[in-house]
Amino acid sequence: MSATLDTSPATEGERSVARPQPGLWSTVAAVMRKELLVELRTLESVPGMSLFAVTTFVVFHFALNRGSVEGDLAAGILWVTLLFAAILGVNRLFVADADQGGFDCFLLAPVDRTALLIAKAATLLVYLVALELVAVPAFSILLLGPPIGPALGGTVAALALGDLGVAAIGTLVAAMAVRTRARDLLGPLLTLPLFVPIVIGGARCTAPLLELSHRGAPSGRWLTTLGVYDLVFGLIAYALFDFLLED
Amino acid sequence: MAQRPYGKGLRPLSIATVAAMTAALALVFFYAPLEAEQGFLQKIFYVHVPLAIVSLCGFVLGGLLAIQHLRTRDPRWDMRSYVAIHMALIFGLATLITGSIWAKGSWGHWWVWDEPTLVSFLIVFLLYATYQPLRFAIEDPERQARYASVFAVTAGAFVPLNFIAVRMSTSFLHPRTLSSTSNLPGSMGLTFLVSLIAIGLLYATLCKYELTVKHTRAQVRALRRRLLDDGAPARGRSAAPSALPDDDAPARPAPGQPDGLGAQRFGAGSAPGTVGG
Amino acid sequence: MTPLAELPALPLHTAGKYVAAAYIVLFAMVLVYLAIISIRMSRTERELGELLERLDEKGPQAQAQPEPGSER
Repeated sequence: MSATLDTSPATEGERSVARPQPGLWSTVAAVMRKELLVELRTLESVPGMSLFAVTTFVVFHFALNRGSVEGDLAAGILWVTLLFAAILGVNRLFVADADQGGFDCFLLAPVDRTALLIAKAATLLVYLVALELVAVPAFSILLLGPPIGPALGGTVAALALGDLGVAAIGTLVAAMAVRTRARDLLGPLLTLPLFVPIVIGGARCTAPLLELSHRGAPSGRWLTTLGVYDLVFGLIAYALFDFLLED
Repeated sequence: MAQRPYGKGLRPLSIATVAAMTAALALVFFYAPLEAEQGFLQKIFYVHVPLAIVSLCGFVLGGLLAIQHLRTRDPRWDMRSYVAIHMALIFGLATLITGSIWAKGSWGHWWVWDEPTLVSFLIVFLLYATYQPLRFAIEDPERQARYASVFAVTAGAFVPLNFIAVRMSTSFLHPRTLSSTSNLPGSMGLTFLVSLIAIGLLYATLCKYELTVKHTRAQVRALRRRLLDDGAPARGRSAAPSALPDDDAPARPAPGQPDGLGAQRFGAGSAPGTVGG
Repeated sequence: MTPLAELPALPLHTAGKYVAAAYIVLFAMVLVYLAIISIRMSRTERELGELLERLDEKGPQAQAQPEPGSER
């Protein structure tokens, strides 16, 4: 963490005049830097998520008894796998903070509490993008029938919007579930229904792109739906997150 | 600290509910004409759709009450939010069951994915089914109420969005006969309206009933604690909020009580054996 | 209103049983709820009765040593 947060009482009055409260974005940057550094050193989340996704594709091959999929089926398998891998990441998001006093440290620091929400959501977003960089090529090699090239633009757009929603909802639910007794169970139970509209929007959007006979541009209707959903839940997470942090 | 009694309007409300339900049943079976396509089976519409509407409104109401709780931190709002959601969940279960019965009668399957009402209800039901486990998993009552309110607001916002998303995704192969409330002829429209009012009143009555019962039991517990000073056992871990704010606190020593009993009770919790000491 | 005159009043052999089942489900759920509440209420009544008894037992003692702090 930044070394400037010295709260010695004797000179605090002077310091608060001389050194203003750290801005929101610098706090976000600081927390994100910490998160990503920790992830790079411990490699806890992203490799696990990616491995899970690839293994799931293999399982799907055996479960469905098919060598290649397309259209609705392809979109469904891709989105469901990504979602379950995302849940793995969501589960781990606040665990270190809850177990090692990170929440208390953050609450003691004179920073805007929303910074934690933004930083954690952005971190989760980074994890998701890293996950997709592995999972989507793996999917197109292992299971996808038609070549992914022409569908890539639309798929990336749908995935991007889906990721934003997953990040917002995932961070909020992770913060809710982490300090309860059954955190590993409650997290997925809470997030899956909330993810359903994202699955609907994402899968419906991607399905026509993954047909053998390509249909070109992704449906604006579904992209808009995803966007609206992301916006609403982003705002909700922003409004409610502070209530979860108090203690 | 006298609390406003919850049961105050209960009698007129229940009478109104009985009247409305009787009127609704009479209209459904003796007044509303048979529908051309589905015949007698369509009558389920008058119980299934009002249940769905009232349940959805109940969930959203739970979210609104939770917002009040987060704003004012008054635990009574949390209690109302809890009861609203609890009751809406039960009405939602009834929606699913009646919808399933209709599906079986209409298409021969106990479940159909083509009815957006049923499908979005299933998702909403699965979400709110985690409400109680979430509450139960948090022991500190204040934190439990706060987290539950955050959940209630999130889920309350989710309900309409989910409804819209599912509706958009439903294929239009099968016409949506059960949930379409548009183009209802006059007599059917009237019957539907009366049914809706009846189910809405039923919801309100049951909620008020539940609140009154909870409050009464909390008052009895408080009475026991104060009159007998016996440090009556706290309620224990519970998923439901208490109707009285100080219900979950350990027994407080009475102010100004002479040494003996009072001094002994200043530790954490109270020793049950000090009564009549 | 004419269709009503041609069809049986309660076609129990066809769609009637499903309609009946749906309404019965609602009725049954309300009754189950009533039963749960009545169980809770009788428990409350019992507790109140116990409280009154214990108060009566403590009554003579309570009069002997008045507890000023217990009046609120």
